[in-house]
Amino acid sequence: MGRGLLLAEHDNMALNEATLRSVTAALQIGDVDILVAGDNCADVASAASQIRGVGKVLLAQGEVFEHQLAESVADLILELAEPYETIVAPATTSGKNILPRVAALLDVAQISEIVEIVSKDTFIRPVYAGNALQKLRSNETKKVITIRYSSFDMAETGSGVPVENVDSSVANSKSAFISEAKSQSDQVDLVSARVIVSGGRAFGSKEKFDELLRPLAARLNAAIGASRAAVDAGFSPNDTQVGQTGKVVAPDLYIAIGISGAIQHLAGMKESKVIVAINSDEDAPIHANADYVLIADLFDAVPELTAKL
Amino acid sequence: MKILVPIKRVIDFNVNIRVRDDGTGVETDNVKMSMNPFDEIAVEEALKLREAGVAEEVVVVSVGVEKAQDVLRTSLAMGADRAILVKTSDDVEPLNVAKILKAIVGQEHPQLVLLGKQAIDNDANQVAQMLSALLNWGQATFASDIDISGTKVRVSREVDAGLQTIEVNLPAVISVDLRLNTPRYATLPNVMKAKRKPLDIKTPEDFAVDVSLRHTILETLPPAARKGGVVVANVDELVDKLKNQAGVI
Ligand SMILES: Cc1cc2nc3c(=O)[nH]c(=O)nc-3n(C[C@H](O)[C@H](O)[C@H](O)COP(=O)(O)OP(=O)(O)OC[C@H]3O[C@@H](n4cnc5c(N)ncnc54)[C@H](O)[C@@H]3O)c2cc1C
Repeated sequence: MGRGLLLAEHDNMALNEATLRSVTAALQIGDVDILVAGDNCADVASAASQIRGVGKVLLAQGEVFEHQLAESVADLILELAEPYETIVAPATTSGKNILPRVAALLDVAQISEIVEIVSKDTFIRPVYAGNALQKLRSNETKKVITIRYSSFDMAETGSGVPVENVDSSVANSKSAFISEAKSQSDQVDLVSARVIVSGGRAFGSKEKFDELLRPLAARLNAAIGASRAAVDAGFSPNDTQVGQTGKVVAPDLYIAIGISGAIQHLAGMKESKVIVAINSDEDAPIHANADYVLIADLFDAVPELTAKL
Repeated sequence: MKILVPIKRVIDFNVNIRVRDDGTGVETDNVKMSMNPFDEIAVEEALKLREAGVAEEVVVVSVGVEKAQDVLRTSLAMGADRAILVKTSDDVEPLNVAKILKAIVGQEHPQLVLLGKQAIDNDANQVAQMLSALLNWGQATFASDIDISGTKVRVSREVDAGLQTIEVNLPAVISVDLRLNTPRYATLPNVMKAKRKPLDIKTPEDFAVDVSLRHTILETLPPAARKGGVVVANVDELVDKLKNQAGVI
């Protein structure tokens, strides 16, 4: 079987769950080594080395990789790519930013956001906001693939494989990191949450959005999601947007409140195990995709639900 | 400064997509086609930069079928100066689009390429990054704010953790996200005027780009349908169902 190199998703401190899910996918294609690129991130590499099934971990540290700018990490992967048959990354914003650059420089047509591996060269990926699934065969000898990791379970941990330091000569004179505004970290991470409560335009204001959704989320130990309309209106930060152009989630329970169910929103949450819709309109499109529908005014139903849980 | 804006003609975002029964793709007969919504945002941003005096010329380009002239005309009506259609018979893979765009950049010498972060048909999210790599230019993807001063551009990017700000040197390729701006509508007089604006038609051969496909699409399938929901009478019933039937709380 061919070897694959998987780019780890992390923030220099912790390994992101997206990596563990992507390992599960990558192992179905072939053997997997993990690349951790960052700065002062030896802990991340040691966490990656605990993932079962992985061959080894390559660790590239340096200021030039601290913020994982696309130009730097793509050049690093190119230095390492030679022995690998597949180059893989989770389809996080970072993976999406970096991998097409790698593909172009290798003169390879990338396969974006696969949700299923049919065989070593045949994959399934959603198109048209998940309204169609494409089964495609890659005729490339080297493959560059991003993984829609919410479709895969987490790989197990426990083994412990070697971590190899890699030296690189990468320099980046094209772009520089300036700053990052992270959303509140006190809340449950959206993509890994078991339960998500998600709010739409109907909340009317940020005050109401927070006042109603936070207690409900706390009660359920849930992450808070939002529709694009709610994000555009400033009720919730951009990184909480669920959908075609936001995050794709698949929790055990997704509660959509005051969200109509536009196809672009459905694209991000249709794979949830159980979907609840709370909406005052009995004809809202979300209902066709929900398991349980409560026709109610959210301003009454949400506090009542919170109280009764 | 000249700005190049690549745009794509796609099925309108409001259309309910139907997969053909024979698995050969999605239904496109009698289906409304429009400019990819992200590309409209890129056109708008380029026009704003021209209006602010940062850019002098906005050139739009589409790689696609003959009919893609419609979306080029739309962007000319929005205010773009000139258009180029690179006529291809069918769906071209993002890598080959990037190669064609690279060749156009070689002829047009823009300082900035602005384009949508993804097309809502194949959702590939590749062209901007690939073009930037092939040109060996700086790259800023998923932009929700763009601020140009001199030879540097500050870009706020929508990332998983929140917002990231980076600075790239010009020339650069920037892909845009939804919250960058709200595109203008073309007024009727401008639609008329757009008919007289230049629109060049080229082919991939003009740029010596081989557009043969690297992937074979074996089949297009409809997604698994969900069963319609059970309507519950009240909050009590919902709580009961979630606890005792679904077992998720
Ligand atoms: C290119 C593109 C990409 C997009 N990407 C995304 C994306 O990633 N994610 C996304 O979410 N959207 C996306 N959209 C936008 C999408 O098309 C919809 O506009 C958006 O999802 C609507 O948000 P909403 O459901 O909150 O608002 P609305 O559609 O306005 O729905 C509000 C709902 O609240 C209900 N309601 C009103 N009052 C009450 C009340 N008191 N109690 C209970 N219910 C009430 C209404 O019946 C209605 O169903 C995208 C659009 C485009 C063009």
